[in-house]
Parts: sequence; C-alpha cells; structure tokens
Amino acid sequence: MAHILESSDISRALKRIAHEIVEHNQGVENIVLMGIPTRGRYLADRLQENLESISGAAVPTGILDITLYRDDYRIRPPKALEKTLLPDGGIEGRDVVLVDDVLYSGRTIRAALDALGEFSRPKSVQLAVLVDRGHRELPIRADYVGKNIPTSLKESVRVHLMEVDGEDSIEILGERQ
Amino acid sequence: MSNLLSINDLTLDQALGILRTAAELEKLTEGGAKKLPTLRGFTIVNLFYEDSTRTRISFESAAKRLSADVINFSAKGSSVSKGESLKDTAQTLQAMGADAVIIRHGSSGAAARLASSGWIKASVINAGDGTHEHPTQALLDAFTIAKRFNLLNNEGQIFVGLKVAIVGDILHSRVARSNALLLTKLGAEVTMIAPPTLMPVGVAAWGVSSDYSLDNRLAEYDVVMMLRIQSERMTDSYFPTEREYARRYGLNSERLGKMKESAILLHPGPMNRGLEISAESADAENSMVLEQVSNGVLVRMAVLYTLLGGPTMVDEVVKA
Repeated sequence: MAHILESSDISRALKRIAHEIVEHNQGVENIVLMGIPTRGRYLADRLQENLESISGAAVPTGILDITLYRDDYRIRPPKALEKTLLPDGGIEGRDVVLVDDVLYSGRTIRAALDALGEFSRPKSVQLAVLVDRGHRELPIRADYVGKNIPTSLKESVRVHLMEVDGEDSIEILGERQ
Repeated sequence: MSNLLSINDLTLDQALGILRTAAELEKLTEGGAKKLPTLRGFTIVNLFYEDSTRTRISFESAAKRLSADVINFSAKGSSVSKGESLKDTAQTLQAMGADAVIIRHGSSGAAARLASSGWIKASVINAGDGTHEHPTQALLDAFTIAKRFNLLNNEGQIFVGLKVAIVGDILHSRVARSNALLLTKLGAEVTMIAPPTLMPVGVAAWGVSSDYSLDNRLAEYDVVMMLRIQSERMTDSYFPTEREYARRYGLNSERLGKMKESAILLHPGPMNRGLEISAESADAENSMVLEQVSNGVLVRMAVLYTLLGGPTMVDEVVKA
C-alpha cells in the first residue's frame, strides 16, 4: 500500500486543472462543471472554488449520476442511485466539464456522455480527472489530468476525499510490479 | 434474478432502497430524462389473468421508460380460454425469452407457484394474487405517504409516529394485507376498520389493531386509506345494503371535515364513487388518488431496476 499523493498534492493538482480550464476555454463564462458521484461531485465543488478564486465568477456546478446508463447492469448487482442535479440554467449550449476521481476503462465516462445527452445538447464536453491510471477499453481521453499513475491491472487506485473518507489522499492497493 | 412475491420478501433496508430509488427516478424524470436505457434488451411479460387498468398500464409504462420490451398477455382472448394451464403458459413465455413475468391471478399463491415451480427462470413479480398480496401497491402507497410527509431522508423506521387507517373490505383485500405488512415494517401504527363481516379472523397477527367504527378515532389518523368493495369476490352478503355500508363506512364530506387538516386520503382504485367514497371526497384537495397513480410508475421502475440487475440472485441494492 503506497500513498501516491498527499493532501497538498491534491489541492495543487486541482488548482492547476482550474487554471488549465480557464486557459483552454479563454475564461469561464460558458463553463458548467458536472461531478460524477461519489467523489467526482466533491472534486467538482473544489474545482468550482478554485475557478472562483481565479476568475471571480461562480461557475454553475451540478451532479450527474450515471448508474442507470452503465453497460454492466446484466453482470453486476444494481447499485443504489445517487443524486442527479442540473445547475440552474441547465447545460444546453454550455461547455460542460465532467469531473471524476479516477479514469480507468473509460466506461463510466461513456455512460456519462449518454446521461448528459438525455438532458440536452451541450456545446462541448470536456473531461477532468484527478488520476489517470491507464488501461482504457474505449476511445476516451481526459482533457485535464491531476496525475498520470501507470498501474498494473492487479492494482487498484483509491482516492480518499475529506468529504467522504475524512482525509485527502490517493493510494494504490494490490501488488506493484 | 429474484422475485417480489410478498412484502415479507423485503427487509426494511430493501424497502427503503426501493422508495429512495423511486425518489431519484422522479427527480431524473422531472429533470428531463424521460427514457432511461437501463433495461434495453430485456423482455418483460405482463401476465394478467384478472382485469386491471392501472396496474398493467403502470407496469407497462415503467418497463418502457426503462427501455424494456413489453409483452401484454391477458387471459381473455388467449389460449387460456381454450383451457391452457398456468404451467404451459409459463413455459411458453420462458421459451420466448422473458426476463421478468409480472403476474396477476385470481388465486392466492399463483405468483409463488410460478416462482417456485421451476417452470421459468425469469423474475416473478406479484401484481396481485387473489386475496393474498399486492406488494407494489403497498410500496407505491408508502412512497406517496413518505413524499407527502417528507420522510424519505430519515433513517430506519421512517413512519414511526404515523397513524394509518385502512378502511373497508379488509377480508378480500390484498392491498390491505400488503400495506399492513409494509407500513408496520416502516414503523407506522396501523388500524384496520371494517364491519365485523369484512374483518379477517386473526387480523392482529399482521401487527395491526382493529376497529369496527370509522368515526371512533377519525380525527387521529394521518392517513386514511379507503378500500374498494370487491363485489366480484363476494359470495355472500356481507352487509345489508350498499346504502347502509356507505352511511357507516363510506368517506363523505362530513367525515372528511372531521379528519386532521394535514391528513391525506388514499384509494388504490378503481373507486366505487358513492359506495366507499363519495364523489366530493374522491376529488378533495387532500385526496392523493392521482398522485398514487403517477407514483406507481416510479415505484415499479424502482422495483424492476432492483430485481432485474446482476447475474444471479440479488439480495439487496448494493451501496455504491
């Protein structure tokens, strides 16, 4: 068990991602953040704070539960639904930044794209993740990455956040090669 | 795959899980997600040996909103009228690849027979079997109550302190039995009110109290659920005349006025207006009859979602 990132690393990574979002979109006027439960929604809240301190504007932030859009419903027990919350003003025509903790197979993001499309048609969809651990099974990539962590398939990456787990850290479980 | 045959199949947590799933589904629907892809490729059969309007339409609508394919089967106009047995019908459905069978049948225990017989592999959902149970009706009633009194975010027995009266033809009512089991599981204090002829023997074993008078404690109840007089199941005369029944056990505007200001009125439908419920009461402001119908679709979506996922028996909705 190895701690890869500590609390200060996480806040630095989020600050950098916030700057990249502003740079890439030339401002935050049209940005909407959508966090994917469980931990993505809290990361989205933190990105919102960072964006606010950079630009002074409160970026609309929502929650997007993807449970009903998963492709493993037939092979895994159903999960409890999480809250979905669209920000006031919706996402139609906005530049949506999806926020999640770990990017792995890409299947969660595929489901998130379907879920977004159910509500309306954003102008663009971008992806911000705290950790990219590789092993994609779909042609999906992140626009903003906190940290690239090469892993083996036997390992699992755990993101702990204050809001859920009582501390900020990222660790790798299982054997390192 | 698993079944929902009786409220007793559900633990408190599972029941709450279904109610909360229904609440999330409602928010999704209001947010604009009218159709969800979750059950794409699933075939769901509505196997209805008894007439039904809202339950069948409700299940059909729930399945379709989750993108399942729905086959409606009613005994009238099918091979059942040529004498086909439940077994042969079930095996036909199995051969057609049904993932779930929603069965309504006039005989108590028909759903359990279908589920335990080994005739089919599909999940079996009881949509009313004789005078035994109608679990999804109880779940939608509980959801309606929980929403109205804003109790869904509480933990454990969310209905503690709530007084519920179930009034009318308790003897023939599967709705009453399922509701008694579920509402007491959720902590409510339930009273069955009926004339002695329509009160089942041993009703105390359901964990409820009973009363022969509607007026006795009418001002105390938070929820009054009126049941339909089921003339089609009555082989005897249980009360002298319909007028007398309506006078003593019917909900009219005078009784409505005696109820708590905050109390709500439920009826599983179809209503016999003028018999167990007067027209003014049915359309009164605190009548939740139409909310029950729209909540029915959400609760049945939640039931289908919870039962059909996963490769094998699913014990409960796993916390993410």
